[in-house]
Amino acid sequence: MKTFILSVALLVSAHSLFAQSARYEQTMKTNLAKFDSLKNPDDYVSLAASFERIADAEKTQWLPYYYAALSHILRGFSDTKANKDEVAEKADALIAKAETIEPKNSEIFLLKSMSATLKMLVDPATRWQQYGASVNSNREMAKQLEPNNPRVYFLEGQNLFGTPKEFGGGKDKAKPLFEKSLELFKTYKPAGSLYPNWGEKSTEQMLEQSKS
Amino acid sequence: MKKLSFLIALILIGNLLIAQVKISGVVKDNRNHPVYGVSISLKDSYDGSTTDSLGNFAFRTTEKGEHIIVASSIGYNSFEQKVLIGSEPITLTISIKEKLDELKAVMVTAGSFAAGDSKRAAVLSSLDVATTAGSNADITAALKTLPGTQQVGEQEGLFVRGGAGYETKQFIDGTLVNNPYFTSVPDIGSRGRFSPFLFKGTVFTTGGYSALYGQALSSALLLESIDLPEQSEVDASISPLLVGAGTQQLSKNKKSSWGINYSYVNVGLYFGLVKQTPDYFKMPQFHSSDANFRFKTKRGGMVKYYTTFSNGVLGLRRPDIDSLNLKDAFSLTNNNWYNNLSWRENLGNGWKMNLGTGYSTNKDNISQQVQDQRNQPKQFGSGLPWMQNKNFDLLHKQDLAQVKAVFEKKLIGISALRFGGEYWHLYDKNVIHDTTYKLIDNYTALFAESDIFLTNSLAAKVGVRFENSSVIKKSDIAPRVSLAYKTGKDAQMSLAYGIFYQKPENNQLYYGTNVGMTKATHYIINYQKMTHERILRIEGYYKKYEDLIKTVPAVNFSSLYNNSGYGDAKGIDLFWRDKKSIKNFDYWVSYSYIDTKRDYLNYPQKLQPNFVANHTASVVMKRFYTSIKSGFNFTYTYATGRPYYNLMVNNNYKYYLADEGKTKSYNSLNFSAEYVPSIGKTNAKTNIVLFASMTNVLGANQVYGYNYSHNGMYKEPITPPSRRFYFIGCFLSWGVDRTQDAINNNL
Repeated sequence: MKTFILSVALLVSAHSLFAQSARYEQTMKTNLAKFDSLKNPDDYVSLAASFERIADAEKTQWLPYYYAALSHILRGFSDTKANKDEVAEKADALIAKAETIEPKNSEIFLLKSMSATLKMLVDPATRWQQYGASVNSNREMAKQLEPNNPRVYFLEGQNLFGTPKEFGGGKDKAKPLFEKSLELFKTYKPAGSLYPNWGEKSTEQMLEQSKS
Repeated sequence: MKKLSFLIALILIGNLLIAQVKISGVVKDNRNHPVYGVSISLKDSYDGSTTDSLGNFAFRTTEKGEHIIVASSIGYNSFEQKVLIGSEPITLTISIKEKLDELKAVMVTAGSFAAGDSKRAAVLSSLDVATTAGSNADITAALKTLPGTQQVGEQEGLFVRGGAGYETKQFIDGTLVNNPYFTSVPDIGSRGRFSPFLFKGTVFTTGGYSALYGQALSSALLLESIDLPEQSEVDASISPLLVGAGTQQLSKNKKSSWGINYSYVNVGLYFGLVKQTPDYFKMPQFHSSDANFRFKTKRGGMVKYYTTFSNGVLGLRRPDIDSLNLKDAFSLTNNNWYNNLSWRENLGNGWKMNLGTGYSTNKDNISQQVQDQRNQPKQFGSGLPWMQNKNFDLLHKQDLAQVKAVFEKKLIGISALRFGGEYWHLYDKNVIHDTTYKLIDNYTALFAESDIFLTNSLAAKVGVRFENSSVIKKSDIAPRVSLAYKTGKDAQMSLAYGIFYQKPENNQLYYGTNVGMTKATHYIINYQKMTHERILRIEGYYKKYEDLIKTVPAVNFSSLYNNSGYGDAKGIDLFWRDKKSIKNFDYWVSYSYIDTKRDYLNYPQKLQPNFVANHTASVVMKRFYTSIKSGFNFTYTYATGRPYYNLMVNNNYKYYLADEGKTKSYNSLNFSAEYVPSIGKTNAKTNIVLFASMTNVLGANQVYGYNYSHNGMYKEPITPPSRRFYFIGCFLSWGVDRTQDAINNNL
């Protein structure tokens, strides 16, 4: 009888563990699929909230915090009505949570770089000195941690693309970086099915733009 | 066994069969408006939703029992509520409050121009100061393009809203700067001692300033020094007027830095090329050196020390106004040493501390001599006291030691309480005609101030300051109140009221200390609309002066002083800045109207002070052409004429108005240009800035006032020492980028 009870108990807990992780995978996949079907910038808000709910419930997974922060940042870039400082501040809080679970991850440093870019965009003329260093140093850290991460070069290229030619930027400077990024995307394998694997399409678009 | 298998099966299927419960509701803010984009979640579960544009939300959950519903959104305080989930649907009405946020909250702006604080839109940054044509990187000169200031060129200082130059005080990191300008030369305004690049933030108040500061009737200029430099670098500057070199070293962990600088100014070459009206028999030359160290403390605080030493000499000769063939020779040797040590710390539990201490000593050796045609000294007997008084040697020494402590406690939300005290020990010694005048003043102040945010849209600042000066044995209590109300996005109205005291000037106290504090009361109303690209500011004020110092003439040209002076000032200041409308073009427009009269010093009646023009306007334009990496800046300033008076003493020892008039209006068009070839080269090791400027391009005849001969029969205009001032210079810096070190430290 004792063994029976034990096996039942084991079975029950194994079941719930399995169910939990299957549910995590499933929900994350559903949410990740939404990135491609967003209709307007506001949809990022509910997507971010959804990721944050998963993150807060799971407590040990950094990816949902990563995607929550990413959603906020992408909204910050695309929504002209958004208060960029506030959005970046929210993203920074989520990034910090992700980082305590997963320190020294290339993708997290890229988020930091993007968040700094967002803050800089509020007033580039006066803020580049303050945030420009953070944009570059975080991206450099990401590069050192994972030199073959194609998003490093995509973001570097994007920054140069947005920087006036006279200030060392411009299409011509950005183009080789987009090319390098695409080259890396060809062989790039994310560390897991839920790991960041975005950017290829955007890089292709940017490369098109930098050719014209 | 069967039972058990059944049990297991039940457990396995159980989860699938549990009925889902619907949770729905609406989220509103404290004004009962629906809030969009609020995340609703069931704590520790995946279940939740986001509100739609009507604030509605709905979701289903399989959870049962007691749970917590969390509502959160950017810019709002998050909300939590317990719910008991049974089998029935749950409907909730959630009310969330807007988070009080320092960035979004209304800020009391009446009377103050905040500059350089990067989180908020700034009025002027240090780069703006350097690139304002005509300023030549002098903070005071750049601030004169803001409304509320007068275009006074014959004396140094900021003349704000009917106030004299000494009614504006400067503070660095909270502590008073006793000698912010190079020593005065008769009829020539001196530059400020501090470079704009030392500071990350500047608040220029044209009235109604905080209770943390005192002893300035009109205005406080609050300068906040930079924390740590961005990178290590070596700098050099070369110009026909000056050479300089320095370095800033940032430690590898970016937690501390030190720096030293030295510069030498000699205008000999320049004065040889550009003729000056006065005859400079000792070419102005200045040696300046400074040093600093700064470090971050473990708790995130900051310790900063800055010291600067300068030595300057000059001598100039001008025709004597009381004779045809005599000259007045003025010579000066100045030594100044300034020290500032500050410590800013987070004490935890919402407490912050700001400690500041300063010591400065300033010594002037001045010699004034009447000379004949061969530049030989000429003596006069007691029959000509007005000529006799023009021959003197003066030694003036001023020491100021001070300490200031401010504690801040965060209250609910972003409201805060600040309090503290300061103590100044002033020693002033003046030796003239072998008579020594000595003053020692121990000044103590206690202050408390609270920022009260009722909502993000309504804030009040209430403060009080107690002051005591030992030399005049007087104490006063100065209340300050201001209110700000947000009238729309980026727009706000502010009101300010305050009483400000200032002890009489030292040169008045030499002759007697039986006087009291002078007093000004400010009333200000302000409207401001401000984004990062555009600023509109309209401000009206009324200022009442009481207990101003009056001069009572006595025999032998000496004087006595009392507090019977008074006056008032009222006016409107307008400011508009626009960086947006035209790309790479930045301009601002200032206009001030003032109506002021005062009866003080030797004025026989209420008069408009001779440093006040009724209308002043400035237009500042800056255009940077990225294609040629060059910027061009123009400043045009116009001011209506200023009154001038000849005040003489009659036989009954009373002042009377012997003559009066108004100067012609003041015009100045200034130009500067910079060429920055290294701009945009991200890995440039050498940064070069070539800078050129020219004041009064159109060569307008600028008259600041008139000097009268002793008998009042003859008057002579006060003009700048030369019509135009030219400057060219090359500034170099070699930076050591510490980014890689920072990366290595972090990995």
